Amino acid sequence: MLEIRDLTVAIDGESTPILKGLNLSINSGKVHAIMGPNGSGKSTLSHVLAGHTGYSVLQGSIQFMGQDLLVLAPEERAILGIFLAFQYPVAIPGINNMYFLKEACNRIRQGRHEKSLDAVDFLAQVRTHLKQIGLDESFLKRSLNDGFSGGEKKSNEILQMLMLQPKLAILDETDSGLDIDALQAISKVINQQRTPQRSWLLVTHYQRLLSYIQPDYVHILYKGRIVKTGDHNLALRLEKEGYGWLQAEATHTVEGHD
Amino acid sequence: MTDDTKVLDLIAQQDYEYGFVSDIESDTFAVGLSEDVIHRIVDRKCEPKFMLEWRLKAYRHWLTLQEPRWANLRFKPIDYQGISYYSSPKSMKDRPKSLDEVDPKLLETYRKLGIPLHEQQKLAGVAVDAIFDSVSVATTFKDQLAKAGVIFCPFSEALKEYPELIKQYLGTVVPYRDNFFAALNAAVFSDGSFVYIPKGVHCPMELSTYFRINAANTGQFERTLIIAEEGSYVSYLEGCTAPMRDENQLHAAVVELIALDHAQIKYATVQNWYLGDEQGRGGIYNFVTKRGVCRGAYSKIAWTQVETGSAITWKYPSVILRGDHSVGEFYSVALTRHYQQADTGTKMVHLGNHTRSHIMSKGISAGHGQNTYRGLVRVAPNAVGVRNYTQCDSMLIGDQCAAYTFPCIECKQQAHLEHEASIAKIGEEQLFYCQQRGLDSENAIAMMVNGFCKPVFDKLPMEFAVEAFKLLEVSLEGAVG
Ligand SMILES: Nc1ncnc2c1ncn2[C@@H]1O[C@H](COP(=O)(O)OP(=O)(O)O)[C@@H](O)[C@H]1O
Ligand SMILES: [Mg+2]
Repeated sequence: MLEIRDLTVAIDGESTPILKGLNLSINSGKVHAIMGPNGSGKSTLSHVLAGHTGYSVLQGSIQFMGQDLLVLAPEERAILGIFLAFQYPVAIPGINNMYFLKEACNRIRQGRHEKSLDAVDFLAQVRTHLKQIGLDESFLKRSLNDGFSGGEKKSNEILQMLMLQPKLAILDETDSGLDIDALQAISKVINQQRTPQRSWLLVTHYQRLLSYIQPDYVHILYKGRIVKTGDHNLALRLEKEGYGWLQAEATHTVEGHD
Repeated sequence: MTDDTKVLDLIAQQDYEYGFVSDIESDTFAVGLSEDVIHRIVDRKCEPKFMLEWRLKAYRHWLTLQEPRWANLRFKPIDYQGISYYSSPKSMKDRPKSLDEVDPKLLETYRKLGIPLHEQQKLAGVAVDAIFDSVSVATTFKDQLAKAGVIFCPFSEALKEYPELIKQYLGTVVPYRDNFFAALNAAVFSDGSFVYIPKGVHCPMELSTYFRINAANTGQFERTLIIAEEGSYVSYLEGCTAPMRDENQLHAAVVELIALDHAQIKYATVQNWYLGDEQGRGGIYNFVTKRGVCRGAYSKIAWTQVETGSAITWKYPSVILRGDHSVGEFYSVALTRHYQQADTGTKMVHLGNHTRSHIMSKGISAGHGQNTYRGLVRVAPNAVGVRNYTQCDSMLIGDQCAAYTFPCIECKQQAHLEHEASIAKIGEEQLFYCQQRGLDSENAIAMMVNGFCKPVFDKLPMEFAVEAFKLLEVSLEGAVG
């Protein structure tokens, strides 16, 4: 489904790359976790997949469902089915949360040649999802992410994901900032949303999330490359030993590959 | 520069749709201002004697004044001797008696402006007085209004038909001594609209005026006077456009509103004068004095403005709340892009007891636009039970623009005054967030701006709210993609 080859990326206008020849492929229905120290390029990878224009791709390619992703605008990628739950969702004062959700939902449905949801169906769906993630309905009346607590922002991202039904969901540190109850609720919905057609890229620092959501693969992103790939045990090892041991290995390990 | 910055930079670079010049023969005075010019304006318009005296007094007073420079605006000095103070389309010399007699080219101009006069007669509800350069061209719906006893006509006509009314009210709200531009307007204004709503009459339709500057090197100085007698109601809308020219043109209008006991006046403006090009060349200098007085108890005056045009906007529609329990409102959306500068706001002067005012200002800046809100709430020492609520929001699109707010309160005793302000920035991150959720950048900006302005648009008459939204959308779309 997703095929990243030799991806080399720098901040727009700069020459030192953040991602340095990254390779990763993800098949449908699989859950891939990406772990790595702060500043290793996890959010950069997420942003580049979603089409953020603040970066320039110096080298490499990204294929998504047989298409060249790099030539598509962010909204086209969203319509194709890429969803990014942001690590730091931005606030947009003055835009009503529910209004935004409905606009997004219908733009994406339109792009996918699906029927727009009428107000009744839309509300019914939103209510169901709100309950699943344990949010109050009054949440919809507020301005988008404006004055939301850290946890509320993350929950709102998941609410959007549930409404937009992506093919590839990229969750950038969604677990950071959530309390245990919220984390459990959200893990539960994610597990329900695992289907053979949907793939996941979970960016996280903590193996705790991965004990709720069993990943098929765990990758370690280190200094701009995937230096190790394994299963849940790799996450457990990181939890115990930290990232220090990678330094030694990074020099002679061929990067992970599926 | 990233694509999104480009999008942000290009926002608001939409061409000015109304920038055509009509090829109409006009009778235009040579440039320059003197007592002689004023004599000639009075002659040309066959005005009564009291007008000549009043104008000359205004002119002599104006000569003693300095152009005001206290506003947060930068502009090149205006050459008042380089402007022509009168221009009328030639074919208007014998004024048309009905629309059928109006020069087809003029009508075509109005069609291009999106004001189909003929059609508006069919579309129930809007009576239009169209002012082309300095002269009022056609007024529709006159008969129907006459039946209700409403007077709605060009100012020049009112001077002939109802000189007593004019004599009684002209300059009572905005005296020529008020300020530099008010004095200039009093000296040289050549036309405008006059509205009189008799006691107890609810004006049966929206009244509307369209202003257009066409001739080069002319200034436009129109004057509007609206009188709402006891218990009457009127809703009035003015729109304006001008051709694209490299030089700046001066527009200095005066509007006076008078509301007696229990009367209500709603005055809406959709101002779309030419704003100048991306380099800041050309555009209208818009120095306008608008003021209403709530003379009677329980009277109400509401200003609503959507300001998208002009290189310079200097405008503070105000309400003097003299009658007890009277209400003043000001709802404003001001958009500045390219190198536009707007210094706009309102004054609410609470003289009567239990007077209330509500101010809602929404400033949007894009490109290199500069947007200043300047407001004054003044409570007289003996006024009791006064309330004011002020809300002042700014939106910045991109990072080259600026917004300022100068709210000012003069109040020495107990009154209930509330002020809220906010500032929102639409940057690349907000745009990207929306795009990631499936909205393209144009949708996203339209959505954000619309959400921001909706509380003000809701105050406009329905059909104009749609127009105002479209105008804003077109202005902001820019050359995306
Ligand atoms: N907009 C930016 N401007 C400058 N440096 C950036 C920007 N975004 C990311 N970086 C740098 O790129 C590196 C990778 O950042 P990021 O992808 O956010 O890491 P992670 O998500 O793994 O913590 C870091 O060194 C960070 O400081
Ligand atoms: Mg990150």
